Amino acid sequence: MNEKNALLIESAFKEYYFNRFDLIHVPKKATEREFGYQKFNSGMTRHLVIKNDKELHLLLMKEIPSDVYCSNAYYTFPNLSMSEKDWKGADLIFDIDAKDLALPCRKDHTVFKCGSCNNSMINFQSQCPKCGSTKFETVSVSCKICISESKKEVTKLVDILTFDLNIKKEEIEVYFSGNEGFHIRVTNSDYEPLGSQERADLVDYIMFNGAIPESFGMRRQNNSKASLPTLDEKGWRGRIAHRLFTSKSKAPKITKEILSNGYSAFQIQLEEIKKTMGVRVDPKVTMDIHRIFRLEGSINSKSGLSKIQCVDLDSFDPFLEACLLGDDAVEILADCPLQIRLKNKKFGPYKNEVVSLPKYAAVYMLCKGLGSAI
Amino acid sequence: MLKIGIKDLAKYPFLTEAGQYLANTGLSLEQLGHPDWKPIVEKAYGRIVVASSGQIYGSDLESLDNDSELLSFIVAIILLKSAGIATLIRRFSLAEARRAERYLQQDLWVSRDKKNLELPLKIIRDLFAVNVSIDNDEFVIKVPDYLQRAVHFHEKEWKLVNRRVSNGFVYLTAHETVRLIRAELGEYINGKIQSINIESIPQGFKQRVDDLVLLAKKFSDTTYVSSEYPPCVKHGIEVLEKGENLPHSGRFLLATYLLSKGQTVDQIAPLFKNAPDYNERTTKYQLEHISGSSGSGTKYQCPSCEKLRSENLCFATSDCDGIINPIQFGKKRKNP
Repeated sequence: MNEKNALLIESAFKEYYFNRFDLIHVPKKATEREFGYQKFNSGMTRHLVIKNDKELHLLLMKEIPSDVYCSNAYYTFPNLSMSEKDWKGADLIFDIDAKDLALPCRKDHTVFKCGSCNNSMINFQSQCPKCGSTKFETVSVSCKICISESKKEVTKLVDILTFDLNIKKEEIEVYFSGNEGFHIRVTNSDYEPLGSQERADLVDYIMFNGAIPESFGMRRQNNSKASLPTLDEKGWRGRIAHRLFTSKSKAPKITKEILSNGYSAFQIQLEEIKKTMGVRVDPKVTMDIHRIFRLEGSINSKSGLSKIQCVDLDSFDPFLEACLLGDDAVEILADCPLQIRLKNKKFGPYKNEVVSLPKYAAVYMLCKGLGSAI
Repeated sequence: MLKIGIKDLAKYPFLTEAGQYLANTGLSLEQLGHPDWKPIVEKAYGRIVVASSGQIYGSDLESLDNDSELLSFIVAIILLKSAGIATLIRRFSLAEARRAERYLQQDLWVSRDKKNLELPLKIIRDLFAVNVSIDNDEFVIKVPDYLQRAVHFHEKEWKLVNRRVSNGFVYLTAHETVRLIRAELGEYINGKIQSINIESIPQGFKQRVDDLVLLAKKFSDTTYVSSEYPPCVKHGIEVLEKGENLPHSGRFLLATYLLSKGQTVDQIAPLFKNAPDYNERTTKYQLEHISGSSGSGTKYQCPSCEKLRSENLCFATSDCDGIINPIQFGKKRKNP
């Protein structure tokens, strides 16, 4: 990022980190966790111990980081190198990102930025019409549909966590990630000791990966004895029954159909169910038991929005509630081919023009690479 | 207080109570060396031979002398410990675990109706810290307890998604419940053998100890190795050759796989040249880190097939049958 842009963003972040102590807290068991941060145009500093809110606030004011992270793992010695930390356990974490949901709306709000002349365009072209370069960066801006679809995934996840895995509602914290999705953290001591492999299998359960027809009562041969799931069952069997039969009265007829269609057809049906009913989380995040994960309350430098907890997911509007930077006017050179909505105001589109914007909107465009400081 | 009788000990001779029982009989190791006890030594030796061939030693608890069942287990441990051959100890531990598994399963099954599950459930709870309870006709254990054990199995039906799960519990049959702890039972028995200390053995045991050393020679197996890459590695190389982006996890697979096959950092680095974000210095730094020659010195292992499947990096073919890690691809045992 160029120096001027970094300075403008940094000054906005600084104001936030000085004024919003109320939103920024260390998580539970802070002394056993590893913290890390990144500054603009600089590498990652990690293996830090931050004992309390006061130390955290001090670090934020002193360093003005672009991004702040904290481990989901607990260690005996969080400040030592990875091999000496002595891993004790980790919260279960989940990352739901709109970009992984393959939503049809993505193409409407993805901007292609030419790698050599920075020209921005909405429609993909194999060559930049301005300079002929074939290298593009893609930038995605906020979209209501993406957020509401991501929320649906969160709801599905919370449903499985509570009903199948017996995790209490108060042990599940849902956060807006600060960019295009949600982070979910589960603090339940039964699941804390699970290693990476166990978490991989748990994630497959949540995503409905690797299900075989036999587990749902379908056999390769002799299907007269098949026992398909019933509507009163729990877990995936119950969910599958509801999807297949919809109601008790329809069950016998549909069962007959499924059995006559055979094993392979049922296998395909399960694959289809996986696509719609499996929760689309990023498996790598949940499997990683040494990850440092974005700290709640901190700002995401990909957008200038904050990672904040969603108390009421249904009504949560990230473009209003997570947009927490100042609103004094700043002039920037904006090259944003899409309209952006923040704090219930609309901005753009702008075609390489100098505009005066509230700081939160100016920073958003700079963070997305759709504008530059002047 | 649960009373454990001699018949229980004949079934589960690795229980701590077995040692106590033996102490109460007043029998010493020296006495066992007396020719009168030769049948026990022979029985013990037979028990090891059966185990080493991959079979399960069967006992007829109704007609046989339960004392000799228990004693032959203890003498077998002494013989194994004196021979000191890890392969034999491992094979014996696993076979004994499978033998006990049969009894556990029977005990769970038979006592299910009588609601007298105290002994089998106690064994599972005490030895493996797993609480098994009963829901209607089924056995249930907590999801985390299940996962920690089931991840060691590679058959699809053990994946959590293929189990009945509700309210934080996994539902299992008696057979599945004991199958789940077999490996731990084997490790427990193995640990028991490792932890005992024998200073000298009676003369009467020596011949059979020598026989065990001879027996162990059979188990050095040879392998042949194919030079073909597994399909997941091939896929990674193809993606890179096309100049497309291979995710971090895919690059990690390539690096760890090729390093494990003896390639050097300098040989591997050029493979990444076509990557859209290629940087020679970064690539070398990361490869050196993975190889353990820089950084913390940890040498990273090639990820398992299971992990690759979760990351959508598995492209298994029929040649992959039976492997759990890409580095096993193409290796076949000549003497299974």
